[in-house]
Amino acid sequence: MNGAAIGAWDICLPVLLPMAATVLIGLTGRWPNLREAVTLITSGVLVYLVVGLIQPVFEGARPDILLFEMMPGLSIRFTVEPLGALFAGVASFLWIITSIYSIGYMRGHHEKNQTRFYICFAIAIGSAMGVALAGNMLTLFVFYEVLTFSTYPLVTHAGTDEARLGGRTYLGVLVFTSICLQLPAVIWTWYLAGTLDFTPGGILEGTASPELLGALFVLYVFGIGKAAVMPFHRWLPAAMVAPTPVSALLHAVAVVKAGVFTVLKITYFIFGLELASTLATGEFLLYAAAATILIASLVALRQDNLKRRLAYSTVSQLSYIVLAAMLANELAMVGGGMHIAMHAFGKITLFFCAGAILVAAHKTEVSQLNGIGRRMPWTMGAFAVGSISMIGVPPTAGFVSKWYILIGAFESQQFIAVLVIVASTLLNAAYLLPIVYVAFFKKPDDEPQPNSHRGSIGAAARAPHGEAPLSVVLALVATAAGTIILFLFPGSVLTLAQQIVASGG
Amino acid sequence: MITENLPILLVVIPLLAAPLCVLLRQPTLVWGFATLVSWMVFAISIQLLILVLQDGTISYAIGDWAPPWGIEYRIDPASAFMQLVVAGIGAVSMVFAAKSVPHEIPERRIYLFYTMYLLCLTGLLGIVVTGDAFNLFVFLEISSLSSYVLISLGHDRRALTAAFQYLIMGTLGATFILIGVGLLYMVTGTLNIADLSGRLPEPAPRTSLVAFAFLTVGTSLKLALFPLHLWLPNAYTFAPSMVTAFLAATATKVSVYILLRFFFTVFGVDVAFFDLPVGDILLPLAIVAVFAASTVAIFQENVKRLLAYSSVAQIGYMILGISFATVNGLTAGIVHIFNHALIKGGLFMALGSVFLRLGTTQIDAMAGLGRQMPLTMAAFVAGGLSLVGIPLTSGFISKWYLVTGALEKGWWLVAILVVLGSLLAVIYVWRVIEAAYFRPAPAGAAQVKEAPLAMLAATWVLIGANLYFGIDSTLTVGTASRAAEVLLGLEI
Amino acid sequence: MELVQGLYNYWIAMILMMAGFYVVISRGNLIKKIVGLNIFQTSVFLLYISMGAVEGGTAPILEEGLTRFSNPLPHVLILTAIVVGVATTALGLALIVRINEAYGTVEEEEIHAQDEPA
Repeated sequence: MNGAAIGAWDICLPVLLPMAATVLIGLTGRWPNLREAVTLITSGVLVYLVVGLIQPVFEGARPDILLFEMMPGLSIRFTVEPLGALFAGVASFLWIITSIYSIGYMRGHHEKNQTRFYICFAIAIGSAMGVALAGNMLTLFVFYEVLTFSTYPLVTHAGTDEARLGGRTYLGVLVFTSICLQLPAVIWTWYLAGTLDFTPGGILEGTASPELLGALFVLYVFGIGKAAVMPFHRWLPAAMVAPTPVSALLHAVAVVKAGVFTVLKITYFIFGLELASTLATGEFLLYAAAATILIASLVALRQDNLKRRLAYSTVSQLSYIVLAAMLANELAMVGGGMHIAMHAFGKITLFFCAGAILVAAHKTEVSQLNGIGRRMPWTMGAFAVGSISMIGVPPTAGFVSKWYILIGAFESQQFIAVLVIVASTLLNAAYLLPIVYVAFFKKPDDEPQPNSHRGSIGAAARAPHGEAPLSVVLALVATAAGTIILFLFPGSVLTLAQQIVASGG
Repeated sequence: MITENLPILLVVIPLLAAPLCVLLRQPTLVWGFATLVSWMVFAISIQLLILVLQDGTISYAIGDWAPPWGIEYRIDPASAFMQLVVAGIGAVSMVFAAKSVPHEIPERRIYLFYTMYLLCLTGLLGIVVTGDAFNLFVFLEISSLSSYVLISLGHDRRALTAAFQYLIMGTLGATFILIGVGLLYMVTGTLNIADLSGRLPEPAPRTSLVAFAFLTVGTSLKLALFPLHLWLPNAYTFAPSMVTAFLAATATKVSVYILLRFFFTVFGVDVAFFDLPVGDILLPLAIVAVFAASTVAIFQENVKRLLAYSSVAQIGYMILGISFATVNGLTAGIVHIFNHALIKGGLFMALGSVFLRLGTTQIDAMAGLGRQMPLTMAAFVAGGLSLVGIPLTSGFISKWYLVTGALEKGWWLVAILVVLGSLLAVIYVWRVIEAAYFRPAPAGAAQVKEAPLAMLAATWVLIGANLYFGIDSTLTVGTASRAAEVLLGLEI
Repeated sequence: MELVQGLYNYWIAMILMMAGFYVVISRGNLIKKIVGLNIFQTSVFLLYISMGAVEGGTAPILEEGLTRFSNPLPHVLILTAIVVGVATTALGLALIVRINEAYGTVEEEEIHAQDEPA
C-alpha cells in the first residue's frame, strides 16, 4: 500500500536472515573464527535491514505483507509499525554488541558447545524480530513460542543439574502461561472479533460485555509470561543459570522485552486505549504491576548473587512498562515504548559488567565485590552509569522514559502509580548504589582465604586479576555510552515512540 | 467406464492383490507388488475425492442391484475424506516398509505380512465407502482379523498376548455392532445406511434405542474410547513398527468414522444428541480420556507406549469435538482425524527408524540421539510439536476449531481443559526431546547411523504434510467442514 | 407372562450372550476365553435367525400354494457372520498355539507373571 518502496523481502528478511545464518554457523562450527565472523556479519546486515525498515516508518509508511492465510481471518502477516520498529532496532543493534561481548566471554570462560550456543542465539534473535514485526496476534504468538523454545538450550547451556532445574522452571512457567492463558485469550479474541490483525484503536470494541473483555485482558496480561508480572515472574531469576551474554541480551532485552512489547501491542492494537482505560480489570492489573514493581525491588535488595539481583531488578523494571500500558493513555504509551529501549541499554550494561566480573575475577556474589573497582575501573564505571540509568537520574536514558510514564500517571490521576514509581526509584538506588560504593570505596578483602577456596577455581580467584578481555570491556563501555547518548539525543527513539500513538489518530 | 467403477475398484484391487502376494512369495517382489497396489489405490482415492468435491455424493450399486435392496457403495464428503486418509497413509507406509519390514519380520513370513496388510487395507477402505450396515460389519471384521495377525508378528513375544487381548476385545466390539445392526434391521427392514435414517420411526422405539446403545459401545471399543482402550497400548507397543504406524494412523480413525456414521447419518443428530444424552456422556469421557491417558503417557519409559497412550488422549479430542454436535465441533473432530493420522503416522515411523538402529525404543536409550540421527529426531520434534498443537502445525488447527467450538457453546471450562490437555502433551513430548537433545548418549552405547533413505522419506512426507496443512488448511478444513455439514443434515 | 413366553427366543439369546460374556471376562485360560467368545457370538446368530422367522412360514421357495415364508435375508447375513466367527476362532486358536510355544502355558496369570520382570 503506502510502503511502495518496501518489498515483501525487505519485511521478511530481518526474520529470515538470522534463521538462515544458523545453517552457516552450523557448517562453520569447526572453525571458531569463521563461525564468529558469520555471527558478526549477520548481525551487522540485520541492523542494516532493520534501519532500512525504520526509515520509511519515520515517514509515516506502514509496510505490510500477508504471507499466507491459514483459514479465514487467520493468517501469518508482518506489519512494520513504530513500536515494532523500535523493538526490532534495539534488539538488532544490541545483538552486534552482544556478539562482540560473547566472543570474549565464551572463550574467556572456555564454554563447551559454543556452536549450539550461537545457533540458538541467532534463532532467538530471528524470532524476536518476528515478534517485533508481527502483523497480527497469531504471528506474534508463533514467534513468541519459538523464542521460548529456542532459548531453552541457552538457559541450560552449562548442562549441570542446576542448569536443567532452572531450565525446567523457565520452560514450565513460560509454556504454562502461554498455552493455558495466552492461547485461549487469542482464540477468544478471534472468536469475538473474527480477526487478529493489529489495528490501531483495537478490534474488540463492542464485541462483548465489559466484564468479559476485562477477563480477557487479565488472561492476556498474565498469559504473557515473558512480561514477568507476579506471580509469573519466577522463570526470570531461574534463567540466570545461563551464560551471561544470554542473560544480557535475551533476559534483559529480547525475551523480556518481547513480553512487555506484546502487552503494549495488545493494549493499543487489540483493545485500544479507549476501551482499555474503561475496563474494570484495568485497575486491578495496574495494581498487580505496581505490586510487582515494589515487591521485586524489595526482593532484589536481599539478593547477594549479582545476577539474581539484576534479574529481580528486571522484573520490577518490566512492570514499569506493564504499568504504563495499564495507564492506557498516550503519554504513558510513549513512555512505555521508550522504556523498552532505555531499560535495554541500561540493563544490558549491568549484565555485561556482571559477566566481566565473572570472567576476570570469578566472582558472582555482591559481598565479594569490595574494592573491585580499582582493578576493573572500566567495568565498574560502566556499572555505575547503568545503575544511574536504572534509577532514572539524568544524564542517563532511564530518566527520559520514566519521566513520560510519570506524567502519564499524573494525567490518568493514578496517584498510586505515581507513588509507586517514586518509591521504586528509591529502592532501585538502594539495591544498586551499594554495589558501586563497595566496589570503589571499600578496601578489598584480604584475598587469600585458604579455607574458603578450594581447587583450581580458588587458585584462579586468588591470582591478581585485571580487567576482563578487551572485547568484553569494549562492549560494556559501548552500551554504557549508549545510555548517556540516548539521554542527550533521544530524538529517534522519541519520534518513533510518539508515532506509535500518532498512528492511531 | 473406469471412472464409474472407481468406488468398487478401490476395494477390489487390494482384495484381489492379497492372494496374489501369496503366489509371488519372493519378499522383494511382494513388497514391490504391494507398494504398486497401495499407490494405485491412493491414486483412485484422490480421484474419488476430486469427484465428490466436484459433483457431490457418489452412489454405486454393486452388481447393478439398485439400493436399498442391493449393496450400495456411497461416497459423500466425509467418506471421501476418510478413504483418502487411509489410502494415503497406506501408500506412504509401504515406502517405509521397504527397510523396516525386512528388519523386523522373518524373511519366510514377509509375503504373508503383505498379504495381511493388503487385506487390512481392503477392510478399512471398505468400511469407509460402503453404504450398507452389514457390509460395514464384514469389512470391519476383515480389517480387524488381519490387524490381529499383523500385530502378532511383532518381534517380542508379548506381541502375541497383545494380539490375543485385542482379538477378544475387538471381537466383542464387532459383535456388539452386529447386534446393533440386527436390531436396526428388525425395526426398519433395511440395511442400507441412507435408507435406515429415513425409516427409523419417530419417536425412536425401545428397540432402536437398544440398537443405538450396542452400536455406541461396540464402536467405542474399536476406537479405544477411554475406558475401553485397554487393548490399545499393548497392541501398539509390541506390533512391528510399520504396523503401528499404519494402524495408529488409520484403524482407530476409521472406527471414529463408523461412530460418526451411526450417530449422524443413521440416527440423526436429533435422536443422538437431543433425545438421548449422548453428548453428556461422551464429553466427560473424552475429557477424562485426554487427562488420564496423557498423564499415564508422561510416566512411560517406552516411547512407543508413550505415544500409544497419547493416541488414546488424542482420540479423546476427536470424541470431544463430536460430542459438541455443532459444525465447528464436528469439523474439529474430523480435521483431527486427518491431522492426527499424519502426526501419529509420522511419529511412529520416526520411532520405527529409531528401533531399526537402536533395537529398542526405551527413552533412556534414546539419550543423545539428536546428534546421531538428526533428521529422524527432527521429524519427531516436529511431530511432537504438532501433537501439542503449536501454531503452524496441523495439530494447532484442530485445537483451534475445538476451542472455538467450545467457546461457541459457551463452555469456558471445556475450552480451558482442552488447552490444559495440550500442556500435558508438552510434558510427555518434552521428555523425549530432552533425552534426545540435552542428555549425553549413555556410556558404552554404539554410534548409530541416520535411518535409511526410504524410511526417512516416508517419515518426512507425513511430517511435511502435517506442517503444510498447519499452514494452509483450506483443503483439510474445507473438506471437513463440508463433511460436518452433510453429517448434521445442513447440506444434502 | 407374555414377556417371557412371547419373547422366549430373545431371552435365550440374551442368557447365552451373558453366559458367553461372563466366560470371556472371568476365565484365565485362553482356550476357555475363545469358547466363551464363541458362545457369545452364537447367541447373536440365534438372535438374527429368530427374528427372520415368520409364524407358519416355510423356507423361501417360490412355489404354488406357498404364501408365507420366512425372511431369507437374516439367514444369508448370519451365514457370513458364522464364517467371520469361524475365522476369528481359528485365528484365536492359532495365536494360542503360538503363545503356548512362547510361554509354555495358556493361563493368563502365568503369562503375566512371566512378563513382569521383563
